[in-house]
Amino acid sequence: MSARIQIPAEAKRGEIIEVRILIQHVMETGYRFDDRGTPIARNVITSILCNYNGREVMRADTSSGIAANPYLQFCMLAEASGELVLSWVDDEGVRGTERASLSVSG
Amino acid sequence: MKRRNFVFAGLFSLSALARAQAPVADPGIFAVTKGARLARERVKLEMPVIAENGNAVPLKVSVSSPMTAADHVKAIHLVSDRNPVSKIASFYLGPYSGRAELSTRVRLAGSQNVTAIAEMSDGSFWMDRSHIQVTLSACVDDS
Amino acid sequence: MKALLLLAAGMLVAAPAWTQNRVIPQAGLKSGFEFLSPDLKKMQLDDFANPGTLWVDRGEKLWRAEAGAAKKSCADCHGDARASMKGVAARYPQVDRHSGDLMTLEARILQSRVERQKAVPFARESEDLLALSAYVAYQSRGMAMEADIEGAARKHFDAGEAMFFRRRGQLNLNCAHCHDANWGRTLYAERISQGQPNAYPAYRLEWQTLGSLERRLRACLSGVRAEILPFGSPEYADLALYLSWRAKGLPIETPGVRR
Repeated sequence: MSARIQIPAEAKRGEIIEVRILIQHVMETGYRFDDRGTPIARNVITSILCNYNGREVMRADTSSGIAANPYLQFCMLAEASGELVLSWVDDEGVRGTERASLSVSG
Repeated sequence: MKRRNFVFAGLFSLSALARAQAPVADPGIFAVTKGARLARERVKLEMPVIAENGNAVPLKVSVSSPMTAADHVKAIHLVSDRNPVSKIASFYLGPYSGRAELSTRVRLAGSQNVTAIAEMSDGSFWMDRSHIQVTLSACVDDS
Repeated sequence: MKALLLLAAGMLVAAPAWTQNRVIPQAGLKSGFEFLSPDLKKMQLDDFANPGTLWVDRGEKLWRAEAGAAKKSCADCHGDARASMKGVAARYPQVDRHSGDLMTLEARILQSRVERQKAVPFARESEDLLALSAYVAYQSRGMAMEADIEGAARKHFDAGEAMFFRRRGQLNLNCAHCHDANWGRTLYAERISQGQPNAYPAYRLEWQTLGSLERRLRACLSGVRAEILPFGSPEYADLALYLSWRAKGLPIETPGVRR
């Protein structure tokens, strides 16, 4: 399982930056069957959280309606230098985390 | 979706299912708004008119709103009127978002309406809706 | 000058591969990319948003990871893949000097894993094998396909060509019916491509994951309702060699995005 975050390395105070995230995950819908006809259990990411310096910037409740290998792009107000922490959890309770740093000037 | 289910819709007939129009997803929308007034304003949903495959359809939602502590978009909800699970996702934003704008890729089980609902800090709801035609592959794929 | 002319005449008599009849002339070759919607083109070209690049990242880690009884990584023998693997995928499939077998890139990776690393081979289409083959092929991105079909490869090429033109399945179609004679036309909502192999391993929306060229060929067999040959069948390698020759000059796009 891997994930990545894309943010600019630097921003000016008060600037609105774009955050992009991509998480490798099958997002198994629970509606598919294997070659023997046995249903494949649902396993989707149910929650994605982005915190910046400990403060929630974006949270998402997700379902099987989000495409495999979830991709998200959203905005964030750059106020101080710090670290963006992305974390997620799926139906099987598996958690993942990824981090990215931002340096804010001005 | 396993293509085997679509053997008869395979090479020589586009699934009639894919063309059928589903009614507006009232229950899915009601679950979000609890019946509050919902006007088609302030929200912009950008999505292709035709998708070659429903497994990853890119879309973008933007809401025209200030993003201050006193007045901001609290959440953006995506509702499908054809998927087995009507609520695709809810994205919770706040003043630290700076701008109420997001992009993602969704799964759509056939041609349908997708509704993007913005939930504001004052409790009001706004929306935009877009219809998309999802085509099926001409070939069966059991690989 | 005379000598050159003689040499040229000699080459014509020997009928080298490039004089072989091409149904689609090289100038008319179109990557599957050309048949994608603008959205999918954008997805492939955006190295962040292209999900296939997740496998490339994983492959980079595997390249440096020690494996097997030999406790060796790919990098221990091959060094930096960015240099040592550059252009390699463009020349595959390739005949193995010792066994005479035609090897796809996947087969070669499995061979190294067993013979050099003394490790348990990856399963076909496993995440790790896809990751490594995508990482290796990625080093040739933008380079022109140039498979060698002479010498020991010739019989595999001939077999692949025969396979391309052999009707099969309940629909009784051969590859050329769709991909030589009818590319660019629509089959219901879909535009038929030329069936070029230059983006594989590719992220296919149909699969919602990365997959090998072999898996794509299996999908075609399934599409014409023919018997699906098991993974690793020599027929796939033969056909892949024919396809590589047919695609000669097209740039490698790995990891491509396809419907």
